[in-house]
Amino acid sequence: MKKFEKLTSAIVPLNIENIDTDQIIPARFLKATTREGFGENLFRDWRYNGDHTVKPDFVLNDPAYTGRILVAGKNFGCGSSREHAAWAIQDAGFDVVISSFFADIFKGNALNNGLLPIQVSDDFLSAIFTAVSKDHTAKLAVDLEKQTVIIADTGEEADFEINAYKKSCLINGYDDIDFILAQKHLIEEFEQAK
Amino acid sequence: MSKTLVEKIWDAHVVKSEAGFPDILYIDTHLIHEVTSPQAFDGLRKRGLPVFRPQQTVATADHNVPTIDQLLPIKEELSRYQVDMLTKNCAEFGIELYGLGHPFQGIVHVIGPELGITLPGKTMVCGDSHTSTHGAFGAIAFGIGTSQVEQVFATQCLLQQKPKTMKIEVNGTLGKGVTAKDIILYILSKISAAGGTGYFIEYAGSAIEALSMEARMTICNMSIEMGARGGLIAPDQTTFDYIKGREFAPAGAEWDKALAYWKTLYSDADAKFDKVLTFDAEDIGPMITYGTNPGMGMGIKEHIPSTSSQPDKEQLSYQKALNYMGFDDDSSLIGKPVDYVFIGSCTNSRIEDLREVAGFVKDKQKAESVTVWIVPGSKQVEQQAINEGLDKIFEQAGFQLREPGCSACLGMNEDKIPAGKYCVSTSNRNFEGRQGPDARTLLVSPLTAAAAAITGKITDVREMLTES
Repeated sequence: MKKFEKLTSAIVPLNIENIDTDQIIPARFLKATTREGFGENLFRDWRYNGDHTVKPDFVLNDPAYTGRILVAGKNFGCGSSREHAAWAIQDAGFDVVISSFFADIFKGNALNNGLLPIQVSDDFLSAIFTAVSKDHTAKLAVDLEKQTVIIADTGEEADFEINAYKKSCLINGYDDIDFILAQKHLIEEFEQAK
Repeated sequence: MSKTLVEKIWDAHVVKSEAGFPDILYIDTHLIHEVTSPQAFDGLRKRGLPVFRPQQTVATADHNVPTIDQLLPIKEELSRYQVDMLTKNCAEFGIELYGLGHPFQGIVHVIGPELGITLPGKTMVCGDSHTSTHGAFGAIAFGIGTSQVEQVFATQCLLQQKPKTMKIEVNGTLGKGVTAKDIILYILSKISAAGGTGYFIEYAGSAIEALSMEARMTICNMSIEMGARGGLIAPDQTTFDYIKGREFAPAGAEWDKALAYWKTLYSDADAKFDKVLTFDAEDIGPMITYGTNPGMGMGIKEHIPSTSSQPDKEQLSYQKALNYMGFDDDSSLIGKPVDYVFIGSCTNSRIEDLREVAGFVKDKQKAESVTVWIVPGSKQVEQQAINEGLDKIFEQAGFQLREPGCSACLGMNEDKIPAGKYCVSTSNRNFEGRQGPDARTLLVSPLTAAAAAITGKITDVREMLTES
């Protein structure tokens, strides 16, 4: 799994609530049998018209906004369990997603792929949206070890929570299968005791 | 110590619990389908691992399959490739597959219960968020991502934080024309599409206990639409009667042993839930959604809440949803013309749903302007519908009875709703583009869907029910 420690980057703001995984990657693009290439269809129906022409107003089509941090409204990633949503975000070049609330399955999927979901308060989320509306190049500094995110221009800082085990997985690039397989004897003992 | 039902089942499946780490949770049954499994099989190959317990894994093809001419090769190349990959992977890793043409094929959350694979007290997972359906039997069942599918393949376990627990009680008697789907859409409208996040929900109360197993599945199915990890209902005589005699259900001495255990599966009287909500069945009428998440629902005769009544920060998203749907603040949906009616999905495609619809439309004709698709949840449901003559009733009404699959619930196959069209649907999600790019979905019960099919517009089904 991809490692993550620190990142300072510009941001792509998506100030919409309840963004579901059908918006992140519509079902008709789930037919691939590998993990690669989903970034092309990230937010497909918000980025393109039915005739495949570009919707210029959508933030991902605006060259002013670049960066490896996606910032979105609350309850991000609700709906389907499709891990393709995390793959698509990562494949499109993002390493971090920030919201004031994440759906459980999406959050787990992101963590299992080295895509860092950071939950901040509603107020801090508003502060980020304000900063980027004033200056589209506004940067955020994310430090996983310290569990902090800082708005570079204003110095506003927020702490974030992450499970200690998941944090060490991200920093070291381990995944859950490595962890469980190392204790496989316990599983066999459990089965025998059943 | 007193425990909730979730805690009882969870604790019985913990392989290891260590401070600072998620629990290692043993998974009894792993259901898989063609869309979320190929990358997990690939992962196993890269690691050089087998499927650890293939006999505890069951596969079917449902998301991507056509619902007409299922025995012909799948026309769409990518769909065909994905279904073929499932067949190949199951053969290579020794997994039982109920694929196209098999009499047990169907939507994964329909076939588990009907085959007696879904049982009380089990832990069950699937790479599909509607796995919560199986909780209707008093099982811990939840959806997982593909990395976790690979985890279960490799170890028959998952690393999981023990969830918080919520009890939702619904007491009283449902009115005429009001069904389980209306209960869950009502709860969603009250607690929102994020109101259950982080929780495992136990549904209880006299209105829940009075429901059939299939109706209970409809309730548990949509737990995920509140963001909950899962939902369950304590097993009772209704549960045991449903399971007995099914294909893979325990029999003989095994049945007696299982039944004795199942009878211990309830939340202790003084068990502590992290949150408790109570609703009154008499307050619930036929429901309909007007927006682009399942929490945006209302009683069918109510008016759409105004944007200004929403919290400031949410007004932009709310207005975006109404614009997408082509609806105005404060308007009523009664009488609004509909283009499509879809009766199907893991929420409402079981034989009772089809019987209810057939009972209502018998000797009636669909409105000319409406296209009606009935997609049964499984080959067994389809066969049963034919055995009972429901297919004839549908045919006379002008409804198309198709072959089983997920179909227009998510439009992965050809069954898509065209851009801008309104579809009254018994499925579970009204997200933008869910049923096809720019399609507009209104979620309802099978009975309300049937009423819309007949009148061609949004209708309060209670006004069409004869007194009895």
